[in-house]
Amino acid sequence: MSHVLEVKNIEKYYGNKSNLTKAIAGISFNVEEGEFVGIMGASGSGKTTLLNCISTIDRVTAGNIIINHQDITKLKGNKLNKFRREELGFIFQDFNLLDTLTAYENIALALTIQKVNAHEIDKKVKEVAEKLEISNILNKYPYQISGGQKQRVASARAIITNPKMVLADEPTGALDSKSARQLLETFEHLNQNLGATILMVTHDAFTASYADRIIFIKDGKIFNELVKGEDTRKQFFEKIIEVQTLLGGDLNDVI
Amino acid sequence: MLFKLSVKNMKKSFKDYAIYFLTLVLGVAIFYMFNSLDSQQAMLEVSESTRDMIKLMISMLGMVSVFIAIVLGFLIVYANNFLVNRRKREFGVYMTLGMGRRQISKIILIETILVGIISLIVGIFIGVFGSQFMSILVAKLFQADMSEFTFVFSKDACIKTCIYFAVMYLAVMIFNTLTISRYKLINLLTAVRKNEKVKIKNPIISIIVFLISAGLLGYAYYIVTGGIYELNTEEKMLVPILMGIVGTIGVFWSLSGFILRMIQTSKKIYLKGTNMFVLRQLNNKINTTVISMSVICLMLFMTISVLSSSLSIQTTMDSELQEMTPVDVNLYKTANLPQSYEDSYTGQMIYPTEEQIEDSKQPVSYTLETNGYDMNNLKDIVEISVYTIPEWTLKYSLGTYYEQAKAQFSMLMYDLPEEIIKVSDYNKIAELYGQEQYSLNEDEYIVLCDFDNMTELRNQALKQNSTVQIEGKTLHAKYNECKSGFIEMSASHVNTGIILVPDNFELKEEWKEEEFLAANYNAKTDEEKEEIEKTLSETNNNTFLENLEQKGIELEGMTKISLIEASKGLATIIIFIAIYLGVIFLIASSAILALKQLTESSDNKQRYTILRKIGCDEKMINQALFRQIFIFFMLPLALAIIHSIFGIKFILSMLAALASPSDLLPSVIATAVIIGVIYGLYFLATYIGSKNIIKEEE
Repeated sequence: MSHVLEVKNIEKYYGNKSNLTKAIAGISFNVEEGEFVGIMGASGSGKTTLLNCISTIDRVTAGNIIINHQDITKLKGNKLNKFRREELGFIFQDFNLLDTLTAYENIALALTIQKVNAHEIDKKVKEVAEKLEISNILNKYPYQISGGQKQRVASARAIITNPKMVLADEPTGALDSKSARQLLETFEHLNQNLGATILMVTHDAFTASYADRIIFIKDGKIFNELVKGEDTRKQFFEKIIEVQTLLGGDLNDVI
Repeated sequence: MLFKLSVKNMKKSFKDYAIYFLTLVLGVAIFYMFNSLDSQQAMLEVSESTRDMIKLMISMLGMVSVFIAIVLGFLIVYANNFLVNRRKREFGVYMTLGMGRRQISKIILIETILVGIISLIVGIFIGVFGSQFMSILVAKLFQADMSEFTFVFSKDACIKTCIYFAVMYLAVMIFNTLTISRYKLINLLTAVRKNEKVKIKNPIISIIVFLISAGLLGYAYYIVTGGIYELNTEEKMLVPILMGIVGTIGVFWSLSGFILRMIQTSKKIYLKGTNMFVLRQLNNKINTTVISMSVICLMLFMTISVLSSSLSIQTTMDSELQEMTPVDVNLYKTANLPQSYEDSYTGQMIYPTEEQIEDSKQPVSYTLETNGYDMNNLKDIVEISVYTIPEWTLKYSLGTYYEQAKAQFSMLMYDLPEEIIKVSDYNKIAELYGQEQYSLNEDEYIVLCDFDNMTELRNQALKQNSTVQIEGKTLHAKYNECKSGFIEMSASHVNTGIILVPDNFELKEEWKEEEFLAANYNAKTDEEKEEIEKTLSETNNNTFLENLEQKGIELEGMTKISLIEASKGLATIIIFIAIYLGVIFLIASSAILALKQLTESSDNKQRYTILRKIGCDEKMINQALFRQIFIFFMLPLALAIIHSIFGIKFILSMLAALASPSDLLPSVIATAVIIGVIYGLYFLATYIGSKNIIKEEE
């Protein structure tokens, strides 16, 4: 298997010389194609900064991030935007759906800004909606559908471009437990049946237990790594809780 | 401390202030320019009688200024309100830090004063320069001598501007203090608006409403142009106005839904780039701004029609004046005064004296000579008599066409006898005026008429019947249409009909209606001409006029100088007030539009953040924003332009005697430039401001 993502010893500093904050102090890891990786850590551990750097929203101070054989730390301006548009898909905690657009249009927007031709867009949107079981709400506006449905629309938007990797930032953060479970099952489906590579940031152990592998971060460094392997989800969940206890932070605090 | 904070705030939110500042500066500059008119150089160079006209104009502008000040006052309060709203959160933070409402009010007070003073200074500075250009315009309109250019600064206008704007700022301050005192801390801190529920209209209803509104507008357009002859009462005028207003609101209510629906049918366009987003944005936005869009559209419509038609009045008046005033003076009096007659105004019986009756049988020159007028003042004298034959009335001229004419123009006095002149008499006048001369056979006549509507009427009649039988003689019309020509000078084409008959056609002495004299002043320079003009118009120490007064002889007259001054004065007053009001309306509508758009942008910031997050680059986002603002600005303008095309047509047909479409071009261009500059400035400021707003971090 080839590496979709290679993070090589990256560092990220904030502030100036007299007052320096190390958000990331040397992190390295790889993500394989078709993997579902979770990143866990307390508030301020640097996990969001890490995600921002990988998603090209923020820049690293040192080190390299290689996505699909391309070093994104060397990309600039429009190339970076193009890369983000074409190679990455995003799912956010607060959905980030445009309230003026219908579900259909929200999904289609990811393609229209890539200048895909209209006929193909229509076909693809219907296809992906079918897979995520949202065909019946395509003509509804975000305010007309539930949180879980919104997040599935957002997921559809994230994967419709066939990205190399889907980045999810606290995707279950704004959902009730039932919707969260449904969404995670959707992720599992995307990962296992459609072969999507997913990198998910979360602080919630239950959410994390759906991943194949979990990277724990504390104070800007990798603290531990857990692989699900042959475990059941319950066993994996218990292992996560153990590591969390070891980490010692108030992980259940709201970010 | 507070002062420092205020200054820092202003620097920080300078971009937010841009629209507010622009509005203030433009307001001050325009206000100064129009109020400094009296002291401008051009005004000092014009003739004395023109100056009276200018005095009238200045006092009218002064009154209009009060109205303008009220409009500007509201506008400034509105703009300021936008600024305060944008900074709710900032004030909230101050309050959590323990600052009282009073102190916050003080901060805003200091800011208002600072912005006020700066905008006053900049505005007056621009106004002073602008007024120099105004001076050139004034000079052109009044034909003043501007060979020596001096820079003029009007202290009075400056003080007046300062006082008016100080009052407006005071209103803003009071308003601000009231607003702040109503705020609750929790609302201030959570003032950032969330994505709200979107009200979506049923597209079918949108389409139906759009079609109905378009129909209403179309019908209103038809009434004011094609069906204009039906519009003879004021009540009927209200119909197209109301239809226009309702139609405009309807169009804005339904337009976005209609366009959205139309474009959605073409997936190729709809699913391209950010088109979908822009259209949905517009649809969402226009829904919430139907009324303001309609008001702005109607204000622009007024601005465009008023500006372009007022400027064209000037152009037409100018060219017509040249043509219509070929000599310096016309004098005329009623001929053949009867022993007694009824005064048409008071209804009293009037018994003229023997002297009056005797005088009325003589030509005009007799009256001048016998009453001590110095005939050396005049040269190129031509005298003629105008006759009327009781049985040859307008009704008789129209013949079989009378019924139709009566149905169309019920107000005309059809029983009035026609004015008749011998062709050789007319040719003498025509020669002096430099106009076409005519010849007639024994059994022919010609109709002269240059008043548009009347010409049309007479032409129709001449086509139906061109033969008249008068006093046992038969006359045929030489031409089956009216020829142009006139004998009395006027400011425009107002000759409703003169009939030329052959010289051998016997005109009885008792039919003589009017004695007429046309002449030039025996002078070379304008000054000398003005001197001679006084011998006819100045009543003080004028023995000639005193003699006439004593004898009760009524001699009427029309002079080139008075005609030009009257019409120029009138045109200029109309133009200045129109430009003044038009520009202020334009500023008001642009500013409201700009502020609306900025408010939208800050409310929609989140949407743009989402676009950015899903991978739109800045170029695409800016393009989407640009398109959105462009369409938002262009929609009311576009509809206003369509309205104006018909509005101007209507005004033209109302002023049929004064203007023709070809005269419109320069004034339309001038209007386009004025609107382009002001509207463009606001558009630019809005785009740049919006760009900055959506760039801000959450």
